[in-house]
Parts: sequence; C-alpha cells; structure tokens
Amino acid sequence: MRQVYLDHQSATPVLPEVLEAMKPFFAEAYGNPSSLHRHGLLARDALARARAQVAAFINAESPEEIIFTSDGTEASNLAVKGTAAACQRDGNHIVISATEHPAVIASVEFLEARGFACTRVPVDAQGMVRPADIRSALTDKTILVCVHHVNHEIGAIEPVREIGALARERGIAFYVDAEAGAGWLPVDARDWGASLLSFSPHRFYGPKGVGVLYQNRRARLAAILHGGEQEDGRRAGVENVPAIVGAGVAAEIAGREMEQRRAHCARLQRRLWDGLRAKIPRLKLNGPEPGPGRHPATLNISAEFIEGEAQLLLCDMHGIAVASGSSCASRPRKISHVLAAIGLDPALARGNIIMSLGRDNTEEDVDYVIETFPKIVAKLRALSPACEGQPG
Amino acid sequence: MRPAPALYNATVLDHFLNPRNVGDVPEAEALGQAGEPNCGDAMRLSLRIQDGRIVDARFRAVGCGAAIASSSMATELIKGRTLEQARQFSNQEIVAALGGLPPAKIQCSVLAGQALRAALEDYEKRHPAASAPGRRGRK
Repeated sequence: MRQVYLDHQSATPVLPEVLEAMKPFFAEAYGNPSSLHRHGLLARDALARARAQVAAFINAESPEEIIFTSDGTEASNLAVKGTAAACQRDGNHIVISATEHPAVIASVEFLEARGFACTRVPVDAQGMVRPADIRSALTDKTILVCVHHVNHEIGAIEPVREIGALARERGIAFYVDAEAGAGWLPVDARDWGASLLSFSPHRFYGPKGVGVLYQNRRARLAAILHGGEQEDGRRAGVENVPAIVGAGVAAEIAGREMEQRRAHCARLQRRLWDGLRAKIPRLKLNGPEPGPGRHPATLNISAEFIEGEAQLLLCDMHGIAVASGSSCASRPRKISHVLAAIGLDPALARGNIIMSLGRDNTEEDVDYVIETFPKIVAKLRALSPACEGQPG
Repeated sequence: MRPAPALYNATVLDHFLNPRNVGDVPEAEALGQAGEPNCGDAMRLSLRIQDGRIVDARFRAVGCGAAIASSSMATELIKGRTLEQARQFSNQEIVAALGGLPPAKIQCSVLAGQALRAALEDYEKRHPAASAPGRRGRK
C-alpha cells in the first residue's frame, strides 16, 4: 500500500544531513556546554554555531538574540509570561488575535487569572486579523501584542509587518509566533519589527525537543525557568545540544531550499485542492484560497455530514496520514477555537481534516489521495443520518 | 521498527470498517434518535418488532470510529431480544462485546444506548398496550 504522509505541520522527518550533524553530540561530544574543560568547550562551540545559523535564518541582528528552549510551546510561554513579568510596572493589558495557538492563549489565560487583562481581536471569515482592529484594541496599559505569522490550522498569513509597525509606534512589545510558517515561508524578525519571535525546527525537517525564541536586544524579558545561567540567564537548564545542533542545520538548509520547497508544495496544494473539490460535493476549504494569502503546504477542508476522526482513521487504513482539528475527546464535541473564530458552521467544523504537504510528496502521492479520499467521504456519508437524499 | 500500535482493537476496527445493519428498517415499528445530527455526533436506530421481540435493527451514525463501531455492535446485540431484555440494555455491554474501547472513547458508545431507549419509548408511545405495568423502569 502506498504511504502518503500529509501531516508535516505536526512533524517532519529529520533530514539525513541534520541527523549526521547531530550524531556526534550524543556519545562523543557529550560535554555540558557550561563545563570549562575541552568537552564543555566543544559543546559550547557547537551551540554558538547553531545560534548563528538560526539568527541568520530569521534575519536577527545578532546570535545573542536567540534563546534555545525545549520546544515551541515553551518559547510561547516564555514570550508571553516573560514579557508580562518584565513589563508589569508599565501596564497589565495584552492584545492577541482570536486564533493564536493554544500555547499563547493558555499562557494569557494564566496571566488573566493573576491580574492581567486581555483583548482577543476577532478575525474575518478567512482568518485574517485586521491591523486597524489591533490598533483600536491598544490602550495605554498595553504591554504586549501577540499575532502569529501563519495560523496553524487554516494557513492564513497575517499582516505581521503592519501590526509590528503599529506596536513599535506605541513602544509596545510585539510577539510573533512563527511556528506554522517558518521553514516554508521567509521569516524576517527585523523587517516585521518583532520584539519576540518563535518557531520550532521539527516542523521543517529538524528534530523535536528544541524550540527557538528570538528576543530583540531592546525587548525586555524575564526568565520563567529559574536555575543556572544558561542562555545568558534567560532560560535555565542544560541545553539539548544534539537537538540544538540539528536546529541550526535544519534552519540553514531551510533557508537555502525555501523557494524550492514553497513552489513545489504550492503546486501540489493546488493540484490536491482542485482534484478533491472536483470529486467531492459539499466540500469546503477553510481559510484563504491557495495563493499568496495562504501557507503553501496546507489544506484545511470540511466535508459536510461526516466527522473528522472517522475520516482520519479511514485515511490511515489507506496509508494516508492526515490531521483533524475536531475532537470527540470531550462531549459535547469540542470545535477548534480557530474554526469557531472564522464562524464555521459546527456541522462543517466536525468534519474538519487538515492535510499538510512536504518536500518529499509527489504528484503521484497527491493523485492517490484524490483517488482515495472521495471514496472515504462517500463511505462515511452513506452511514450518516444527516446525509439522506444528499449527493456524494 | 516495531509495527505501529492500533488506536482500536481488531473487533472495533472490523465494526468500523464493515458496519453491520446500516440503513433504515422500512416501516419501522420504533425509531430512536440520539445526539445532534446537524452539528455533532448522532445515531438513528430503527427497529422491527414482532411479538414483543426485536427482529431487525438498523442504524445510521455520524461520529468517530468508536461511535460507528458501537452503533454497529449495538444493533447486533439487540437483535432477537425481547422488549424487556432490550430495556435492560446498557452501553457497557457494547464496550464488553467490542473487547474494550480506549478510556477517552467509552463515552462514544453512550449514543447507542440512548438511541435504543428513545426507540423503545417511541414504541411504547405507539403501542401503549405493549408496555405493561412494571416494565416501565426508565434508566
């Protein structure tokens, strides 16, 4: 059976070059970067190289602006809680978009329970934040604006540059969660006017267990993990040296291959969406149309009358790995906050499937999905009490 | 590498992939619905009842793998039961017959029990004589 992996937004295979670069740092160059002997210095040198690679990848001014964390979630927690702690004398108000990643939303909720206030700025039906809405949400108590670069579920690319300019004008810190887009679209911390920016390499052929937080040299940030002086006192805890080395190499390769990856995935994305919508009646694309407003590798679709996990399971049986933003782990069924924010009908939200392409997917992969997925939808629709007398 | 572990056991997968008794009993004596057909998970159950016994049961369902497999298994379990036996039916029977469900998915088997109760109530409404006193113990 053909295996088609279409869940690159969850994880990607580590590239052979990345893995090779990581290998020596497990059993040979195993020193602790804080140690002063040769083993430690070797590890420290590797960290410095990775820091420079990552800084170049996002156009940071200096490698010192890079903080390595354990993953993207920790980076988001540090950005939000660390800014709140450092800036609490200036104000207690935070502005976020309604469709931020749960790591940002939950961090803000943690702060709300401790005296901070938050304005959640709504998005339009495509998931786009309007800079004017951000502007009108700002108060003289606002200390932080959080808007992600690309939405993790529906692929909407946000106007982060305009929002960055607004925040800078008012002297307010601006945090960009660049998790979903990094590695697939150019990320430019300086051009966007980001005070803080985060991403994790496991989404673009690097390892899990490492995240990156960019902190502009003028941005104030308090540590939230306390202990040693690692990462210049900004993140205590022994560095995950192999993963950090892998992050550096993955970033360097992504920078080099960016345009090629983007164009390849965008072509397959187009083919996939055109093929599926021609074969499946009552299928909706969530988020912007493929094109400049959308992540080049993701499709978020909803087939009416059926449910997400059942589709996912049948896809898996046919060798196709996809994700669903819909979950029945809680009852009543929990609709993703992103799909709720774009005003998607719950009947469509329950049937939500996310397909994310990668550099190794081929036209044959896509054609197999176009052949197979409509059959899966038809099989489940034939069972559905909601679907009687409906086509498909 | 080890083979990937499965989300569901072979029985659950079999009932999900090859659900039994799909559809609607024509001119059913009893119809029961549970859940939210227009926005959430839902099951519809139709029964043929002869001489106080369920002789046919068919379902339609929208929901996750566990919900569909549970609905399918429920129709298999209740066929041939008397109304009295059907009133005693609980979703734990479904879970047991399926050889277990992941803990987070136990709740997905509840729909089938609810749909059956709704169908039995529908039958009683249509045939008040069939529900003799003492048989009306509601769960």
